[in-house]
Amino acid sequence: MRIDIDQWGEIMDSLSRNKTRTFLTAFGIFWGVFMLMLLMGGGGALEQALEKTFAGFASNSGFIFSGETSEPYAGFQTGRSWHMDEADIERIKHQINEVEIVTPVTFGPRTNATYEDKKAERAAIKSFHEDYNKIDPISIKEGRLLNAADNNQRRKVCIIGSRIQNRLFPDSISPIGKYIQMDGVQYQIVGVNGQGYGTISIGSNPPNTVYIPYTTLAQIYNTQISLIAYTVKPGYAVSDVQDKVEELLKRNHHISPKDTQAVQKINTEAIFNVVDSLFKGISILVWMIGLGTLIAGAIGVSNIMMVTVKERTSEIGIRRAIGATPKDILVQTMSESLVLTLIAGISGICFAVFILAILETNSDESFSGANFQVPFWTAVGTTLLLSLLGILAGAAPTLRAMSIKPVDAMREE
Amino acid sequence: MIHLRNIHKTYHNGADLHVLKGIDLDIEPGEFVAIMGASGSGKSTLLNILGILDNYDEGEYILDNTLIKNLSENKAAHYRNHMIGFVFQSFNLISFKDAQENVALPLFYQGVGRKKRNELALQQLEKVGLTNWAHHYPNEMSGGQKQRVAIARALITHPRIILADEPTGALDSKTTIEVMELLKELNRQGMTIVMVTHEKDVAHQAGRIVHIVDGQIDYIEDLRTTKP
Repeated sequence: MRIDIDQWGEIMDSLSRNKTRTFLTAFGIFWGVFMLMLLMGGGGALEQALEKTFAGFASNSGFIFSGETSEPYAGFQTGRSWHMDEADIERIKHQINEVEIVTPVTFGPRTNATYEDKKAERAAIKSFHEDYNKIDPISIKEGRLLNAADNNQRRKVCIIGSRIQNRLFPDSISPIGKYIQMDGVQYQIVGVNGQGYGTISIGSNPPNTVYIPYTTLAQIYNTQISLIAYTVKPGYAVSDVQDKVEELLKRNHHISPKDTQAVQKINTEAIFNVVDSLFKGISILVWMIGLGTLIAGAIGVSNIMMVTVKERTSEIGIRRAIGATPKDILVQTMSESLVLTLIAGISGICFAVFILAILETNSDESFSGANFQVPFWTAVGTTLLLSLLGILAGAAPTLRAMSIKPVDAMREE
Repeated sequence: MIHLRNIHKTYHNGADLHVLKGIDLDIEPGEFVAIMGASGSGKSTLLNILGILDNYDEGEYILDNTLIKNLSENKAAHYRNHMIGFVFQSFNLISFKDAQENVALPLFYQGVGRKKRNELALQQLEKVGLTNWAHHYPNEMSGGQKQRVAIARALITHPRIILADEPTGALDSKTTIEVMELLKELNRQGMTIVMVTHEKDVAHQAGRIVHIVDGQIDYIEDLRTTKP
């Protein structure tokens, strides 16, 4: 095989002879690869952005909170409010073996948080034990988490969300160690939660939430348990366990087993599964669209090459007559198909990378940190796939070109 | 140089067409032979067989002590490239290559380097008097010039024979004379030439004329005796 500068000259000669046609043919491949890469990069970014939203959230968790009864039962009327208590936690812990962690969360009333003359309106107050951080974690960007000592000693300490930080400390001084006031009580700030808007969290938006120790909230506001969070041990399904928890609660709070409103449940496992299959679906769709376009492009190349070979019958005949072997013709036709496919495809990859880079720099906060680019090895794999497509696309035209006999060509005047 | 024994050729396109019905012909080195015949007489088929462009069914063809029979495509391409120079009625130059590139093309298939190739091509163009036209494309040249480029291309591999298929068929009378003078000059330098033509004037410039009728040699005119 003589792949030297002359071979390149030959390839470029014949590709550049009909520039419009070559361009249009190449565009099919270009667009296919571009779409595939763009969709893969964008899909990946979307997935990462969503993963970030769910970052750290336990995917094997469930949440239970109380509603009003909708059935009369055991002498109680319909429409009764009921509340979960610490005893429920103990019962779930001891009677349902499949449960791994079970822990309460309590919300205080919405209130204004103030620091000196500055005010953050309608901040949410949320409190929980440390083990809740294994289920719905906050992400400390400054300071520390609340710990067992804070809880045991009912310290008046807090972690604030980013919106509250911005409102109360706009001068970018560190809020750690400062005291804020809510409903007349002073709390010392020990940490700042870095979670942004759109991060998944139960109950309130993290940037607008003040976190205080569980016991502190119970003492100051004297509220009931707002919800019970739990995770299940590996090998068990949340959907099965949540029914057992519901049954247990209903038994102890005199609620009809048929009541569908009294016990409210969130099954994050089911949500994660939905999200998971959504992304599987997206990724299948991406491959179908991308590969479909790419194959259409390759068929286009094959088609045009077929026409080209037909057009060049006489030229190929002349070459054969003056000494070109069938292998020479094979190399020539194949390399044309390969070069066309690879140049178009690699341009497609480059253009997609370029567009993805623009998207990455211009994406809004909810996508920050998401990687839009296609992985390097995906690009390499795509290039190999392109070579294969180029060879396949060139196969039929090449066979046809090789079957041209010099004597046939002479008659083709 | 050329030794043909009882060559038969039949085309099988639907109905069998027996084109060559036993051709015996010997051509000595340095001869200039014209082949004449009506269209369909088999003269082009004969030339194709001589040029290893086509196979024959029966008989024996020896070219410069090499038996040409049942060759593989590669072998045939190799012999065509090294032993035979072709000149065609329609020139058969490659339109997107200039004169020099066209002349150099056979050497490309021999694996000769580009520099060497272009140098040799320029020498051949000089021989046919087209040095100044080396970088012109075929569509910028007259028929006679194109045919001279084709002759230069035929000569570049130093072939044993030149096979010319109606070399003047597409030329006017003035350029016909030019091209024939060139071929005769090559012949005088010792090149063996076989030419198919149906023009009597052209044929009579050869040393011998082989008349083919219905796939057989009718008679051979030897002009060398009458033209000392």
